[in-house]
Amino acid sequence: MTEGQHLQIILRLGDDALVLGQRLSAWCGHGPILEEDIALSNTALDLIGQARNFYTLASSREDQGRDEDQLAFFRTDKEFQNHLLLEQPNGHFGDTIVRQFFFSAFALERYAFLSRQLVDAEVAGIAAKAVKELQYHWEHAAQWIVRLGDGTTESHEKVQASIDHLWSYTGEFFNADEVDAAGAEAGLLPDLEVMRKAWNASVEACLAQATLTRPEDGWMQRGGKQGIHSEHLSYMLAEMQVLPRTYPDATW
Amino acid sequence: MSPVEMNLEARFDAYVAEEKKIEPKDWMPDAYRKTLIRQISQHAHSEIVGMLPEGNWISRAPSLKRKAILLAKVQDEAGHGLYLYSAAETLGVTRDQMLDDLHTGKAKYSSIFNYPTLTWADMGAVGWLVDGAAIMNQVPLCKCSYGPYARAMVRVCKEESFHQRQGFQVMLNLAQGTPEQKAMAQDALNRWWWPSLMMFGPNDADSPHSAQSMKWNIKRFSNDELRQRFVDMTVPQAELLGLTIPDPDLKWNEARGHYDFGDIQWEEFYNVIKGNGPCNKERLAARVKAHEDGAWVREAANAYAQKQKAKKADATTHAA
Repeated sequence: MTEGQHLQIILRLGDDALVLGQRLSAWCGHGPILEEDIALSNTALDLIGQARNFYTLASSREDQGRDEDQLAFFRTDKEFQNHLLLEQPNGHFGDTIVRQFFFSAFALERYAFLSRQLVDAEVAGIAAKAVKELQYHWEHAAQWIVRLGDGTTESHEKVQASIDHLWSYTGEFFNADEVDAAGAEAGLLPDLEVMRKAWNASVEACLAQATLTRPEDGWMQRGGKQGIHSEHLSYMLAEMQVLPRTYPDATW
Repeated sequence: MSPVEMNLEARFDAYVAEEKKIEPKDWMPDAYRKTLIRQISQHAHSEIVGMLPEGNWISRAPSLKRKAILLAKVQDEAGHGLYLYSAAETLGVTRDQMLDDLHTGKAKYSSIFNYPTLTWADMGAVGWLVDGAAIMNQVPLCKCSYGPYARAMVRVCKEESFHQRQGFQVMLNLAQGTPEQKAMAQDALNRWWWPSLMMFGPNDADSPHSAQSMKWNIKRFSNDELRQRFVDMTVPQAELLGLTIPDPDLKWNEARGHYDFGDIQWEEFYNVIKGNGPCNKERLAARVKAHEDGAWVREAANAYAQKQKAKKADATTHAA
């Protein structure tokens, strides 16, 4: 693993957290029930906190004088390397929960590994905190999957459609590129094939409990990790980055 | 009123006069119950409608730190809504009924949230002025005669006081920032000053519910007293920021020991209450939309809970 790849791994972890945190924060004030405004905001806050930790670490490593905000607000969509799933629009509550469910199952396993690895103690430190947060995110999403799947006919159909739609974005989690491979070889990142098995086991168990059907693995979307995104990310960043880019000399 | 009720009411009045707390199961006059339901539910509605103008800037907060602080703050408002709906529920009204009243326009919420948040500086001004005015109104409620409301307000006030300080911090950063940032801060103060003064309600002479609420220890200070306190507190803070309060009549009155200030445009106040404010329609529409879009989710959760309950009952029957 080169230094550049090591840095890229840290940035990717930050990008995943920020993009999903930004998406989720849009629910604040618009949830189906007040308790969910609070829960989804909490999750968003955890994710934004994780992103800040990874960006601050990346900033100290890359030595280019870019702080967390420069990394968040002055990179283009091409430079963001989050998984495509996370930038998908919020849709309805079921879409948001399915997105959260798929990602949390993955991120929980990934953080568990990152917290145990001995290659990068600072990454392990961030992950050790995040793994506790992800445990809650996963439980929250999984419980909603069960309620929606085994709730009414309408909710069952809606959430099954969300699952079918977002399924093709889950393959990217396990589709190792050379950065993932180098990270895994160095012992910093988990083996994505091992992750795939763990993820399938968690997701399948929950879907079965929810009386929902696991889609067949067909064609999977890819490109986020290489900076080739869906149409949605550029709009999201345009909105998120507007103030720092309009007033580049200002501090807030 | 029967002699028994007269006796109860006299005992209630004496109890309240001794600064004792009324609890949900205590006898209380119908009018007291109605007043509290109206006030606490309006307060709860204000918290959740109040999430919208600030929520408007979460996606565009200019730094990650500011984003996290703003999101946490708006989330706090949701928490305040929850405590307050729960406090109102102890008086025998359900959250669903209260939400229906909000959505049909029967219940009011604080008119201040019908103003738009146009720049990032509004996040500062809303925290500093709107939360500042809210605290002035709310701190006395921590001693309100109704126990659940008073206890909810203790927690609300602690968090609001933190919000006000963070709002002031946003203003301070802007006021000490670039010329554009300073202009942004001044513009926000210009737009939020008068609506903030209106938050204390009509002048005492025109305040219909005040006297009875004072007698019941729900209200402790008059609208004009609180408004004066707010002006006296805020003027030196504006000076510290180097910003100008948009009132040519504002000046220190040595004899009174207070600031004098200009006349409030009550016509605007009553128009915003009536629904003619810049954002009345959007705010209510956003709440209604969230509620309607979420109906299938709430139905699913209820259906699932029912199924689980039935399963449990079934298991118990079989076990027996």
